[in-house]
Amino acid sequence: MTTETITQAPAPVQSRGNRKQARRNTLIGWTFILPNFLGFLAFTLIPVVAAFALSFMEWTSFSAPKWVGLANFERMFASDSFWIALRNTVVYALGHVPLTMALALILAMLLNRKLKGIGFFRVAIFFPYITSLVAVAVVWNMLFSPDSGPINQFLGAIGIANPPGWTSSSDWAMPAVIITSVWRDMGYYMVLYLAGLQAIPTELYEAAEVDGASAWQRFWNVTIPSLRPTTFFVVVMLTVSSFKVFDLIVVMTNGGPGRSTTVLSQLIYQEGIGEGKFGYSSAISLVLFIIVLSVTVLQFKIQQRRER
Amino acid sequence: MTNMAEDLKATHLRDAAPLPPGAGSAEDRRRTDRKRSPREAKKRTANVIIYGVLVVLVVALMVPFIWMLSSSLKENNQVLTVPIQWIPQEFVWSNYTDIWTRIPMMGYLQNSLYLAVIITCLQVLTGSLAAYGFSKVRFPGRDVLFLAYIGTIAVPWQAYMVPQYIMMQNLGLTNSFNALILLQAFGAFGVFLMRQYYMTIPDELCEAARIDGLSEYGIWARVILPLSKPALASLALLTFVNTWNDYMGPFIYLTSNRLWTVQLGLRSFVGQFDAEYAMIMTGSVISVIPILIIFLIGQRYFIQGIATSGMKG
Repeated sequence: MTTETITQAPAPVQSRGNRKQARRNTLIGWTFILPNFLGFLAFTLIPVVAAFALSFMEWTSFSAPKWVGLANFERMFASDSFWIALRNTVVYALGHVPLTMALALILAMLLNRKLKGIGFFRVAIFFPYITSLVAVAVVWNMLFSPDSGPINQFLGAIGIANPPGWTSSSDWAMPAVIITSVWRDMGYYMVLYLAGLQAIPTELYEAAEVDGASAWQRFWNVTIPSLRPTTFFVVVMLTVSSFKVFDLIVVMTNGGPGRSTTVLSQLIYQEGIGEGKFGYSSAISLVLFIIVLSVTVLQFKIQQRRER
Repeated sequence: MTNMAEDLKATHLRDAAPLPPGAGSAEDRRRTDRKRSPREAKKRTANVIIYGVLVVLVVALMVPFIWMLSSSLKENNQVLTVPIQWIPQEFVWSNYTDIWTRIPMMGYLQNSLYLAVIITCLQVLTGSLAAYGFSKVRFPGRDVLFLAYIGTIAVPWQAYMVPQYIMMQNLGLTNSFNALILLQAFGAFGVFLMRQYYMTIPDELCEAARIDGLSEYGIWARVILPLSKPALASLALLTFVNTWNDYMGPFIYLTSNRLWTVQLGLRSFVGQFDAEYAMIMTGSVISVIPILIIFLIGQRYFIQGIATSGMKG
């Protein structure tokens, strides 16, 4: 800001010097950006644009690229695996988003107080989020083992006669994946909620208390409305990450049993990199991107309307 | 999102403010030992209850880790027993010595470390340079360019992994570390995180340095970098952990065993010897330990980084 006012304020008088300064600034700016930008351009920006173009082309590892218009999309909408993967992804999101959000908020409320050693509890709950995914998947797979796994032993002990088969059952594999991912992610969103909670002025609570509001009323009328921006952000992040879910499923169930946990990202991988159908897989990518984008835009709209 | 970081700072200040009278100075406590006011007693009971709840909660959430650790010290046939043995009957420490010969664990660790260090260094260096360009130098087209950076953060990586793969195949870089380094070292995320932080550094500082005759590169190196140590630490730690834990990148690009990272090695071990429960848990523990150490050293920066950017890599 200051740079601009100092160098550009006397513009009419020394316009040549100014233009020289501007050119110099451009040059300097680009030298700073260039090292990152070259890599970004080549390995992110161009692939993103290419993905759009590819989805309208027929291109496999054995044939040259050919423009085919909407043929990939027609094939996709007629394919069973696409709809199964889409359905599974939506089911995963419907489980993962609300559960993670609710638990993260509860944990944040519980941990948002001045107590000795509270930092330890926060750190412990956050830790699963940065634990390696393979270790998480492997441990939970064993915890979920149907016959003598600790989870089913626990369920048996509290009187559930026929505990579910979890990852070996096509009905229960998705819930098992959702439980694992909620456990892993909630610490991360708890941190976001903690930041949101700490930004609420204490005066609001004091005023509500003076007015005789109960704890529940304070939660409902002070906490929830004040957290709205955080919640918006959390929902967007959670939804986007749910639709992108990939590695947890690959390691935990690899889409099985049958196709009961196959998700969109996995389909893109199988068709594109596994079988070399570059065009077709890019069409699925485009659908994934459009879903993610529309969810974000929709939530943005809702948020805006609420603020008005 | 910068607001969040500032809010965090603000609350810390508020936390440090003197507590209301009667909330527990040493003198108060000594007095209440004999004559406890009912209100304080109530508060104390509430605290005890909250501690109780928290301890139970954390232990419950840590069960997978506890079970992992305990299983890693058992014989295979004692891992999935009825009833559960929380403490091994006898500690099989040999699991931790045998694993190095069962699978090339040392090689896997070295590969993971190599990738994580190179990618972290490149990301932090190029990220902070670009962030300086985006926040402290004014030139036409800058903001449009930054918008392109932000835009790609919103595109799921899975949507463009196939074109990336085709590109790497044509460059002959599949099955090499270089593919992963090129793909991950120039991420938009690092630029975004650093720029968010640089925006909070007042421009007057740069202006003063300019008047003192420092070049822009000098300002970056001698004014901005020293001031942005917390943000650099956040970015470095987040990038390191993300690279260390990455599964899909190595899964797609690294096919030969000698290039495998810890994650791939562990996964393949599970696939090959799925009945060696104890050894699998030993491998899992070993794969988590480096992250645990780094996390314990830098947990403050992790939390700050997340609160600042609200994003993962």
